[in-house]
Amino acid sequence: MSGDNLAGAKWFEQRVAEWRSAGARLRGLEHGKSAPPATVLEAVRAYPEIARDLAIARRAAPNAALTRYLEGVYRELHRSLFRPPAALWRGVRRLFTHDAATAVRALRWQIVAVVSLFVVSIGAGAWLVSAYPELASLFASEQMIDGVQRGELWTDNLLNVFPSSLLSVRIFTNNIVVSLFALSLGVLYGLGTFYLIAMNGLSIGGIFAFTAQHGIAGRLFQFTAAHGFVELSVICIAGAVGMSLGEALVRPGELTRAAAFQRAVAQGLKLMVVCLTFLVGAGVLEGFVSPDARFPLGARLAIGLSYFALFLLVLSGALARLPKARAARD
Amino acid sequence: MESIVRIPSVTGVDVELKIAGPGGRSYAFVIDWHIRFLAAAAWFIVGALAYGRLRLLPADEAQASYTFVVIVPSLAIYFLYHPVLEVLLRGQTPGKRMAGVRLVALTDGGAPGVGALLVRNVFRLVDSLPSFYAVGLLTTMLTKNAVRIGDIAAGTVLVYDEPPSSQLLDRLSGRAVAKLGLEQAQLVRELLDRWPQLGADARRKLAADLLARAGVAAPQDDAALRAKLDELVA
Repeated sequence: MSGDNLAGAKWFEQRVAEWRSAGARLRGLEHGKSAPPATVLEAVRAYPEIARDLAIARRAAPNAALTRYLEGVYRELHRSLFRPPAALWRGVRRLFTHDAATAVRALRWQIVAVVSLFVVSIGAGAWLVSAYPELASLFASEQMIDGVQRGELWTDNLLNVFPSSLLSVRIFTNNIVVSLFALSLGVLYGLGTFYLIAMNGLSIGGIFAFTAQHGIAGRLFQFTAAHGFVELSVICIAGAVGMSLGEALVRPGELTRAAAFQRAVAQGLKLMVVCLTFLVGAGVLEGFVSPDARFPLGARLAIGLSYFALFLLVLSGALARLPKARAARD
Repeated sequence: MESIVRIPSVTGVDVELKIAGPGGRSYAFVIDWHIRFLAAAAWFIVGALAYGRLRLLPADEAQASYTFVVIVPSLAIYFLYHPVLEVLLRGQTPGKRMAGVRLVALTDGGAPGVGALLVRNVFRLVDSLPSFYAVGLLTTMLTKNAVRIGDIAAGTVLVYDEPPSSQLLDRLSGRAVAKLGLEQAQLVRELLDRWPQLGADARRKLAADLLARAGVAAPQDDAALRAKLDELVA
């Protein structure tokens, strides 16, 4: 028997009971918050000891089953001990009061750029259809064109086709998918986002121009008044987030491309979670208010602008300032 | 060659995580796809059959309630399966569990946060383009950590996650380690564990080799070989 073998055997016999109990202790830690303090303290004590044993095992027998066992125990202990505290609701509240506003401030130039692109595209779409009316077929289906030519909007009888609840779900699902596409296509160096925003702008401009040619643009505006402000703003913000992703890939600055991309995604996602929440509300308005002829234009504008004001209040960070202002007044 | 992610630890001993490549990833995905497809289809079929029999509501309302009770939950099961389960099971899904893999954050090797899990699921829109997850599969083949675009965006990586089993510890003795050394003793123990699964020629060759290293003459008989090995690690 060599001296190394004897030392190894001594080490093994001294430590094997600890390795067994460390493995058993992991099952107690799996439950997270419900783990008793004694178990957690034991795990804290065992962590550096297992690390030392693992370092020895890696050197002495890198491919052995004991090393694999210690790797597993060490990995699980590390995961359990360094798990961040759960703070889901605090995180959600912070999202609406601070994070969204911070992201808007960081993305202000991208938002300006995308809104400008959107407005220019709307103008271009309107000009194209005004100058060349036959181009309306690029933005509207044959059925829609026939209806508009008869003085009818495709939104006129929506409630006869779908009940409001169903309409809302369909609309906000579709809008969420469009927004997420606008965001995630930013991965194509921002080009996918530009394309999506420009196409949406062209379609809206083209369709408004086409309905104006038949004298029913006012009715289309009336239909969109309650939900449109927030809906279009969210699509522009999604585009701005997508643009920031593209920018992170093109100009990562001092970070690596992957790190810059991750930072842009993390920031943009916080903003998007807030925006998509508002998009669900816009979908509900589009299902229940917009197609209902009982709502006059004034009521629709009041609803739409109030909802838009709430949206701006959240994105400006004013919600976070309210408690401070109240405290200062008291 | 195995790819490994090393997570620095305060102890100075890195946590090593084995990266799951496109194979392990696809295996987990295929299992998950079957589960979510079957669950969604089961909900849809049972719901549709129930409506087919009942017919209690007038047409318009029936359409809305049918959508909310049958179609929306089916679609929700199918499309929200990954984000919801990954959040609830801290980076795992039933498919990932069966495939022995788990999602971890690249920064600390722990379970990714809710935000990171949502990000990697949003980017499924891009990874699934143009169809059959072609973009995602391609990026897992081309990137260092075998990750898809969603993982790059979220800072996550899929790693193998075998729970540690203490079976070997129970069967390894200090005497065997003293006699053979740590590595040899475990090799003999593992060979004995795998004895029934190995072909006769292969196990005879391995056993003879291990006995030779221990300076013990190898008998010809299969049963005697096994007995000698048992004796070594007793």
